[in-house]
Amino acid sequence: MNAQRLGLSALRQGAKPNVFFSNNVQRLAVTLMQTRPVTTSKLSEADAQSLLAQQRRQRPVSPHLEIYDKSQTYYGASIGTRISGSIFSGGFYVFATAYLVAPLFGWHLESASLAAAVGALPIAVKGGLKFLISWPFVFHAINGIRHLVWDFARGFSKPAIMKGGYAIAGASTVGALALAFLL
Amino acid sequence: MAALRSTSSRLLATASRHAFKSTAVMSRSMASVADATVESSPNASSDSRMKSIQVYRWNPDSPTEKPRMQTYKLDLNKTGPMVLDALVRIKNEIDPTLTFRRSCREGICGSCAMNINGTNTLACLCRIPTDTSAEMKIYPLPHTYVVKDLVPDLTHFYKQYKSIKPYLQRDTPSPDGKEYRQSKADRRKLDGLYECILCACCSTSCPSYWWNSEEYLGPAILLQSYRWLADSRDEKKAQRKAALDNSMSLYRCHTILNCSRTCPKGLNPGLAIAEIKKEMSF
Repeated sequence: MNAQRLGLSALRQGAKPNVFFSNNVQRLAVTLMQTRPVTTSKLSEADAQSLLAQQRRQRPVSPHLEIYDKSQTYYGASIGTRISGSIFSGGFYVFATAYLVAPLFGWHLESASLAAAVGALPIAVKGGLKFLISWPFVFHAINGIRHLVWDFARGFSKPAIMKGGYAIAGASTVGALALAFLL
Repeated sequence: MAALRSTSSRLLATASRHAFKSTAVMSRSMASVADATVESSPNASSDSRMKSIQVYRWNPDSPTEKPRMQTYKLDLNKTGPMVLDALVRIKNEIDPTLTFRRSCREGICGSCAMNINGTNTLACLCRIPTDTSAEMKIYPLPHTYVVKDLVPDLTHFYKQYKSIKPYLQRDTPSPDGKEYRQSKADRRKLDGLYECILCACCSTSCPSYWWNSEEYLGPAILLQSYRWLADSRDEKKAQRKAALDNSMSLYRCHTILNCSRTCPKGLNPGLAIAEIKKEMSF
């Protein structure tokens, strides 16, 4: 403590303006000093608080979804599973309700008539339509299993996360093609 | 400093030389404005590697102005390798109004967390991409209130940290009255948890935290929660788990795993959250 004090007082002594060259140096220093375009002013405690409150009200929220790495937020397993699940469950309810009320309106939604309607189409169109449905179906099924594995706290290493993502995309494509064209 | 070193006898002898020396010291310690304009001009010599850096700007003194992106051009040959070097150089030589937090410049304080080219990371640990044709974009941490430029308001984040009681809770005294001992195996359970520096990179990368930050604790705070749950010396495990046992605090995690992918310290908040979920259910 004492040693520190001594050092400090020595520093202060040294920093005192020196008659021999201080005038020169000060003038030079003024011209070389960086000029700051922003000036500060003193505020009372209450003024500072009210200024802070006022600034807090006006703070913008920084950009998020639109600037964040798209491969991480848009095409991830989580949101993909949610969206495909919502589409399938929503579609299931819509079709089931339509099937229920079909006799009242004279619609033909039986398996036989649906098969007949699609059966006449060329194989590429038929397979393409089926692929549009089967890809999210397989994707959702595999991701469901992946989430079950995650619930046992397995498969969290970074390579596993990255490779798993690509593997699921590949496996869903293979599975979906098989369902669309071979079934 | 020149004034400190000089003695009066030397001063008497060469007063003029000393005056010259001290100006030289000054121009080295503080970049003069004239120097900066020369260095940062885009039409520098042919072997310079000019890189455009876009930085998010917002000034609380003119709050009605919308946030904007400002482009700075730096010669990579005269800039250090890291993004923080570039930011410091911009602030020193081109635009002193640019505002950002920084302290240790070696990835241990977590001050300079920001969104660089779409991913949250620490500016001091992130290399500037050497491809000069691509622009680099720097934003503050996503979905945070901006105090100024790249400075986010982390008040709520710190409040959430406080809410999980991040300290050892015990009732029984230690057997020897000196310290709480732990086996090597128990100590190993804390590896990968205690290294967290609370830079908020993971929490602000999590879409779930973006939409539910009021109640969802977010990956960083949950990793800290698990750090105390996993500690063999802590005796309030039941209370800690009870505090997390609601629909918002923990279970807003949907295993998106942006947290594990973005952590600049290489930790795995996603795994820590999964371990908590496992402990809660079994």
